Amino acid sequence: MTEPAPGSAEPVLRVADLHVRFGGRRGVAHVVRGISYDVHAGETLAIVGESGSGKSVSTLSLLGLVPQPPAQVSGEVRFGGRNLLDSSEREWRRVRGNDLAMIFQDPMTSLNPVLTVGRQLTEGPELHLGLSEADARARAVDFLGRVGIPSPERRMDAYPHQLSGGMRQRVMIAIGLACDPQVLIADEPTTALDVTIQAQIVELISHLQDELGTAVIWITHDLGVVAGVADRVLVMYAGQFVEEATVDDLYADPRHPYTHGLLGSLPVLGVDRPDQLVAIAGLPPDPTDLPSGCAFHPRCPYQLDERCADEIPPLRDIGQGHATRTFYEVPDAAEETAS
Amino acid sequence: MSDVLVSVDALEVHFPATGPLRKRGGAVRAVDGVSFDVLRGETLGLVGESGCGKSTTGLALLRLVDPTAGRVVFDSEDVTSLPAKRIRALRRRMAMIFQDPYASLNPRRPVGASIAEPLEIHDLHRGEARDRRVAELMELVGLNPDYRQRYPHEFSGGQRQRVGIARALAGEPDFIVCDEPIASLDVSIQAQIVNLMERLQDELGLTYLFIAHDLSAVQHISDRIAVMYLGRIVELADRAQLTEDPKHPYTRALVSAVPIPDPKRERRRERIILEGDLPSPMDPPSGCNFRTRCPDVFEPCDAVDPALQDVGHHQRAACHLYGVVGEEVGAASGDPGG
Repeated sequence: MTEPAPGSAEPVLRVADLHVRFGGRRGVAHVVRGISYDVHAGETLAIVGESGSGKSVSTLSLLGLVPQPPAQVSGEVRFGGRNLLDSSEREWRRVRGNDLAMIFQDPMTSLNPVLTVGRQLTEGPELHLGLSEADARARAVDFLGRVGIPSPERRMDAYPHQLSGGMRQRVMIAIGLACDPQVLIADEPTTALDVTIQAQIVELISHLQDELGTAVIWITHDLGVVAGVADRVLVMYAGQFVEEATVDDLYADPRHPYTHGLLGSLPVLGVDRPDQLVAIAGLPPDPTDLPSGCAFHPRCPYQLDERCADEIPPLRDIGQGHATRTFYEVPDAAEETAS
Repeated sequence: MSDVLVSVDALEVHFPATGPLRKRGGAVRAVDGVSFDVLRGETLGLVGESGCGKSTTGLALLRLVDPTAGRVVFDSEDVTSLPAKRIRALRRRMAMIFQDPYASLNPRRPVGASIAEPLEIHDLHRGEARDRRVAELMELVGLNPDYRQRYPHEFSGGQRQRVGIARALAGEPDFIVCDEPIASLDVSIQAQIVNLMERLQDELGLTYLFIAHDLSAVQHISDRIAVMYLGRIVELADRAQLTEDPKHPYTRALVSAVPIPDPKRERRRERIILEGDLPSPMDPPSGCNFRTRCPDVFEPCDAVDPALQDVGHHQRAACHLYGVVGEEVGAASGDPGG
C-alpha cells in the first residue's frame, strides 16, 4: 500500500471495482457495475440514485447481506486490512453491527415485532463487546436516552408497535450505534417519515456522528436531504457512478447531464421556477437490458459525441475531487451565465 | 357564474372506533371542522403530514366517504345531501387521481378498458366513437394508443399514472381531486407528471385540489395552499405568501423542515424542530390541537379553540398569536368569537 498523502488520512473503508449480478430466467441483471470509493473517518458520504440504480444492493453487499446465489458479488471491500468479500459467514457476523452497522428505511419491518426494544438493543453489546447482561442494559438505556427517547428505562420493555414511526427509527439508530461502529450505513433512513420528523432524525444522526466520530454512508433519492447532510456525493445511475463531487461543487456546478437533469427537475421551496419543470425524458433502463455505450444516452438531451452509443465513458477526474462519466460536459455554471 | 366551484363548510368526517376500543366509545376525528373554497380554474394545494386528514377531505368532497357533518357544495349542488343516483351523475364532473395507479387500476383489465369505463358508466361516445375517444385520451396524456390492449403491469409507474389521469379525464370533468399523484414516482418522472397536469389544466380549464405531503411540489403547482394538522386547516394563503411568510407556528416548522437542494441555503437555515409526535386523532388536545407541540404556546391555547382568522395579505391562520378568536372549550355551541 502507498503512503497516504499528507493531510488525507487512510480511508476506513475502501470499495474497489464492486460488481453485483443477479442471474434469472430473463437473463442476467448487472445491477452494480464496477463502483469504487473510499470512506474516511467521520465524513458523510451520500450515494444518490433513483429506484433500481443499484444504490441499496451495493451497500447491502458491503455487509454480506446479498445472498449468493442468486447473486454474484465480485470486487474488493477493504476494511481493517482485509477484503471483507472473502469472509466466511462467521467472520461476517463479527463485523456486522459491530464495525459496520446499518439502519434501514422502514423500522417497522426491520425491528423484530415480538421482541422488546431492550432485547434488540442489548444483543449487539453482549455479542460484540462482551458485556454482561446488566452492563449491556445500562449501555442500551444510555443510547436510548442519547437518541432522544423520553423515559428510556421504561421504553426498554416496549414492543416496536407501541412506538411511533419516528421513535422506532430512533431505536434503529440506537441499535446501529450501540457498538461504536466505524461506519454507519443509513439506507433511506428518513424516507418513510414525515418531513417534521425527518428533520428531527437528520439532526439526531448529525449530532451523534459529531459526538462519536462515526463515518456515515447515506443512501437516498432525495437531493434535498443530501444538500443538508453530505460532505461528498456520489450520483448513481444504472449501476455506475456518473458523478462524484463535494456537496458544494455538485449543486453549484453539476457536470453530468443526469445530475443536471435531476437538479433541474426539482421544484424548490421559495424559488420561483419557470412554469414548466425541466423533466428528464424517458425511463431509467432495465438492468437486464442495458443500453449500449453510456447507459444514460437514450435519455440524454446532448449526445454530442458519436461515441455515446458505442462506448462506456470513463469516470474522468476534472479536478478538486470532481469526476464525471461523460464524453460531453454540461458547461460550467459560470461560463454559461457569462456567454 | 360564480368564481367558487367547490365550497366546503364545517366539514367533519369521524370514523367510529371498532374492535376492543368500541366499548370506550369515541371516534377517529379524521376531518374535524374544515372550511374552504376552491375557485374555478385554480389549483388549491392541500398539504399536511400523514394522518392529518387531507386524503379523507378529498374523498369526502366527492362523497366517496360520507361526511359526519358539514356541507360540500359543488357548482351550487349540495353534494352532501344528494341521493346516491344523482351523485353518480355528478361524479362525471368531479374526478379523482390516486397516489398509486397500480392499486387503483384493475390488473386484469387492459388499460384501454379501464379508461373506457367512465364512458360506459355515463353512457358517452358509443361504439366506434368510444374507441376513438379512448385513443384521443391516451394521446392527450402522452401514451401510445396502440398500447390500449396492454395490462397495467406492462407499464412503468409514470405511464400507469398517465393511465390514471386519462381515466380521470374521460368524463370531461371540471374538477379533479389529485391525491398524492406523484408521491410514488421517481424524481426524474415526477417532473414529467407535474408538467403534464399543468398542461392539461391550461388546455382543458380544469380545477385541481392537489393533495400532497411534499410542500416543494405543492408550492410549484398551486395558486393557493391550505395546511392541515390533525383534522383542521391551520393556515390558508397564496402560495408565495405561505412559503415566504408563514404565520401559523406549525406552518413555520413545516416550511423550515423541508429540505432544500442547495447546500449553501441548507447551512444558513434555522430549523424549527418540533418536539414529540402527532397526538391521537381519537383524543385531540383541547383548544388548539397543536398546542402540545407548539413552541409559542401561551395561556388561551388550551381554553379557546382558535378560528381561522384574517392575518392580512389574503392569509388566514388559526392561531391566538394574532388575537384570541374562537370558541371557548366547554362553551355551548354557537356564538363564535370570544
